[in-house]
Formats: sequence, structure tokens, C-alpha cells
Amino acid sequence: MSTDKRTPIIQMRGIVKRFYIGQPNELEILHGIDLDVYPGEFVSIVGASGSGKSTLMNIIGALDRPTEGSYLLDGLAVDTADDLELSAIRNQKVGFVFQTFNLVPRINAQRNVELPMLYAGLSQTQRAARARELLEMVGMGERTSHLPNELSGGQKQRVAIARAMANDPAILLADEPTGALDSKTGRLVMDLFHKLNRENGKTIVLITHSQELARETDRILTMRDGLLDTKSEVTSA
Amino acid sequence: MTSLIENLRLAWEGVAANKMRALLTMLGIIIGIASVIGILTVGEGMSGSVTQNLGSLGANNINLYLQIKETPDGQLPLRMVYEPEDYITDPMLDALSQRYPGAILGISAMNYMFDGEGRRDGSTANVSVQGVNEGFFAVEGLKLAAGRTLNQRDMDRFREVAVVSDRLVANLFGGDVQAALGQNLRVYQGTESSPGSQVLNLTIVGVYQFQVTSASNTAESKIPTTLYIPLTTAKRMNGEPDGYTSLTIATAPDVDSTAFAQTAASFLNRYYERNESFQVSSFSMQSVVESMNAIMGSISLALSVIAGISLLVGGIGVMNIMLVSVTERTREIGTRKALGATNAQIRTQFVVESMIICFIGGILGLALGTAVGYVGSKLIAKVGYLPSTTSILISVGFSLAIGLFFGYYPANKAAKMDPIEALRYE
Repeated sequence: MSTDKRTPIIQMRGIVKRFYIGQPNELEILHGIDLDVYPGEFVSIVGASGSGKSTLMNIIGALDRPTEGSYLLDGLAVDTADDLELSAIRNQKVGFVFQTFNLVPRINAQRNVELPMLYAGLSQTQRAARARELLEMVGMGERTSHLPNELSGGQKQRVAIARAMANDPAILLADEPTGALDSKTGRLVMDLFHKLNRENGKTIVLITHSQELARETDRILTMRDGLLDTKSEVTSA
Repeated sequence: MTSLIENLRLAWEGVAANKMRALLTMLGIIIGIASVIGILTVGEGMSGSVTQNLGSLGANNINLYLQIKETPDGQLPLRMVYEPEDYITDPMLDALSQRYPGAILGISAMNYMFDGEGRRDGSTANVSVQGVNEGFFAVEGLKLAAGRTLNQRDMDRFREVAVVSDRLVANLFGGDVQAALGQNLRVYQGTESSPGSQVLNLTIVGVYQFQVTSASNTAESKIPTTLYIPLTTAKRMNGEPDGYTSLTIATAPDVDSTAFAQTAASFLNRYYERNESFQVSSFSMQSVVESMNAIMGSISLALSVIAGISLLVGGIGVMNIMLVSVTERTREIGTRKALGATNAQIRTQFVVESMIICFIGGILGLALGTAVGYVGSKLIAKVGYLPSTTSILISVGFSLAIGLFFGYYPANKAAKMDPIEALRYE
């Protein structure tokens, strides 16, 4: 594949994550993960609960630092970043989509989409224009001033995806994005991801336990006992 | 970094989401600020009214009076009743005036006679009869409505003349002050039901404007007013010798009246070196005003400190609610961090939120305290006082400081949350 020759957007080498370091109950969750994800790829990470899937996701999303190993996200070193740099990386490079949407409840859809841009320091007018554009793109242009509790689950998730796209991040990191939705609205959300991947060339990492959803992606990575089972990599059509 | 307006907006969204709770949280601040402002304002009103009342008696006046002299071993003297040789005399005062030329504008002396009634054609007017010297009127600043004040000739000739209030004229002469001049007036000691022995037969030579100085439940026409007769006349009727046991000196405006009170007393005490029973003491109105103000100031300060404790309690209430709020919004905090909010941005959001609550509480407390202070000072001092700009600025600044101080700990707790834990929080 020609993409393999390019610089990976996610480049992990020997990622180890331990908890309770130095204590009797020290626990190693990730045992040395190597992972390359290339620009424009749509990959899925599957795995049973307890496999280390969530821990890996937290590191990919720069919510956490690895104990050992190196991790470059779009050229930025996550493993050596301090808290302030991690905030900036999350703000600029990662677009999170959560299972439970995590919209801030008391502010409207537009304001929710503006949040990452607010933290990036964009002006009010820039934010408003970009937020409206993104909400139009996800088909929520008519509901910009609705509060989250006035929206259905599928609508909330579309607002959340618009929010994840706000600062044009290097990757979209989706954690069970259809988990709280019925199959029909879940389908619409998946279609939206495919559209963003195909039309906007967005690199997407999907964390799921559903093999069915994983099979829609370019590559399936299976987490098993703290290791990525590379043999399980499947490239779909 | 996010701008001030953005921070205010972020924080306001937090406050507005829970208005009732915010209002209840503010209550502590409202009550605290209101009581501090109310107390300070009433205190200001009280000391203002003291200054005004004493000032109307003459801020530049000093009082000289005879005081019992203790024996060298700290005992009371054998004799404690005035004898003629004890009195402060006119020659002594003339010497004082000559020693300090220009310092003395006037000397006022008075001698109380009795309370009684002026009667004419079946009408009565309550009076308090005072003998006064010719300097009295200028020193006390009495305003004449008609006629003249008492003069040296009235004193020298022991005339039975009177300067009466316009209120007495209203009661006995139908209010025509000009017509009252030259009229005869009989003044009886005591009342009709319990009469005294003294009766004065006086000619009215002047009418002054009576001013109500204190509130009273007495009907207006029944309020006793002072009736002035020559001091010499009064003293002769009372069988007292010439001279004074106490007097008031009006000093020139450029004279330090407090210092001059001391100077005048030590000057006069040279006449009393060999007097075993009495000496001259003095005080200035200025020093009375100052010490009254100092007392009022300490009282309001003490009360404000107590009221300040309620502010402290209010601040702790704010901290408590902010802690609850931070815990409740753990997930939101996690989300904001995932979206790239820095610890400082989260901290600022919650600190500003706490400051907004305290600021609004401070403004409401200020409004309430102003109302309380105005009504309170109106009741106590008869004049409505408003809080000073300084106390307004201090109270608003202080409520912001409380917001900052008590909001910092909860805000810091929010800022330091681990985003992973926070996102997982149910």
C-alpha cells in the first residue's frame, strides 16, 4: 500500500503501561505495543474487556502517558510531554467521540462545538462561523441553539462528532460511538464516520467490541492480554 | 489563553445553570456584606449626628468650670460648697483676654433658675428660665426673630427683661413677634398643679427662633422653650455672688481650641493656687467631638468585625457549594480536559464562578445594607446616611476576595482532576 511509505500519524514503539508502580500491587496492562497508523486510514481496535483496549485508547488520545516506549502523534512526542503540552495535543491533534456523547448539558449545541476552539483561543466570530459550518456538515444546522437534553441520542452524537472535528485534528478517536444508540441511528453515525474518512481524508481510530463494525474499517487490530495481535490484522476491501 | 469575557461567560454558564442554589449560596455573603455596610452606615450617621449636635453648640467653644481640688494625699477637701471667693470673676477673664489677645471671640455664662410656665390671658407656655450674660447670644449663635438680645446695661441694672422663643409668642401672643415686644409676661415656677414659690414679672425685649433639637413625644405646643433673663438678675434672685462657676468661651477659628482649653485653665489656675477646695478645669468641644467620634468608630469597628464573621461563614458556605458543584460536574471537567482545556483554564473557570457568586452577593448585600443603614441612621440620627464610596469599594472588593479565597481550593481540586478518572465518573 502506498500509504505505508508515508510518515505514520500515530507511531508507537514498545509502549508499556504499568499502574501502582513500586507498590506490591504493581500492574502491567500494556506489555509493549508497536502501532503505526497512516494518514487517511480508518482503523479499528477491538478486544475483550480487560484486554488493555481502554488503556491503549487513553494513551493514543494523549489523556495518559506511557510508562515506557515512544509515541509520536503527528510528529509530537506524547511520551515526554508535560501536562500543559498534553492539553495542547488533545486540543489540536485529537478529536474525541465518546460512547455517552459527553456534551456539556447546560450549553447549546453550537456552544458545545465551540469549546475546543475556545480552549484553542479562537475569536468569538471565528468559532461561531466554524461551529455552524461543522453542524451543517453533520446535518445539525437546524438545531444549533438546542440544549443537549432537547436532542435525541443520534443527534447528540452528531453534535459530538462536529465538536471532535472543531480544530481539524490529526485523528478522530471514537470510543464505542454507537454503543448507546439503536442500530438505525448507530448506522447513521457510522456512515458519518465513513463520509469524514472518505471525503475529508480524516484518520479515524475506532475502539469497539463489535466485530461487525470493525469489519467496516480498513484495518482491525485486536487487543489481547495487553498486546496487539498483529496477526489478526485484516484489511477489508 | 481565553479572554476575560470568555472566562466570565464560561463561569456565568455554570452559575446560571443552578440559579436557586447560587442564590442560597449568596445568602451568606448578602447577609454578611449587608450587616457590615448597615453597621458602618448607622455608625457614620451616629457620629455625624454627634458632630452636628456638638458642632451646633460651637465646635470652637471651650468650657471652663470649677472643679473640686483633691488634697495632696488624695482626699476630698473639707469644704465642697462654693463661697464667693471661689467664683471665676470678670477681672480674671479680662486678664485672660489681655494675655491672649484675639484668641477669645466671646464669653458665655449661664445660670439656671427654674422650670415653669409663662401665663397670659388664660394661655400658658412651658419655659425653662436661664440667666445668661450678654456674650451668650453670640457664642451660642441664637437667631433673633425680633427685638434685641440682652446687653450690658440689662446686666448692670439688674433689669427684669426677657428674650423669649417664637414658640412662646405663638402660644401667648398669637404668633406676632413684633407685637410681643415690650409686652409684660408673668412667669411662674412649677406648674399650676404643683406651683413653686418664685414669680417673675418680665418685659419681653427680644424673640429668638426656637429649633427643635431632639425628638419628643410632647405635643409641639407643649415643648418647653428656654426663656433668657439677665444673668445678674438671675443671680441676685438666687442669692448668688458675682462671677461664674462655669462658662463657655468661643475661640477664634485659627486657634487650636483643644490646646487653648489647657492654656486658659492653667492661666486661671494661677488665681487658685491658694484655694484649697477648687480649681479650674476645661475641655474643648473639639476634643469632645473627637473622643465621641473615636468611641463611635471603635463601636462600629467592633460590630463590623462581628458582622465580618458572618462573611467568613458565608465564604465557607461558598466553598462548600463549590466543592459539591465540582464533584457533580466531574464528568464535564473530564470532557473539557479531553477537549484540550488546560488545568489553568479549568481553575479559572471555577474561581471566576465563585467570584461571580460572591460579587452578585456583595452587590445585593450592598443594596440591602444601604437600605438598612439609611433607615437605621434616619431613625437614630434623624438624617438618612448612605454608605461612603470607600465602604462601597471595600465591600465589593472584599466579596470578590472572598470568592477568590474560598473558590480557589475547589477550583484547584477541579483543575487537578485526572481526565481519565473524571471521564469515567458516574
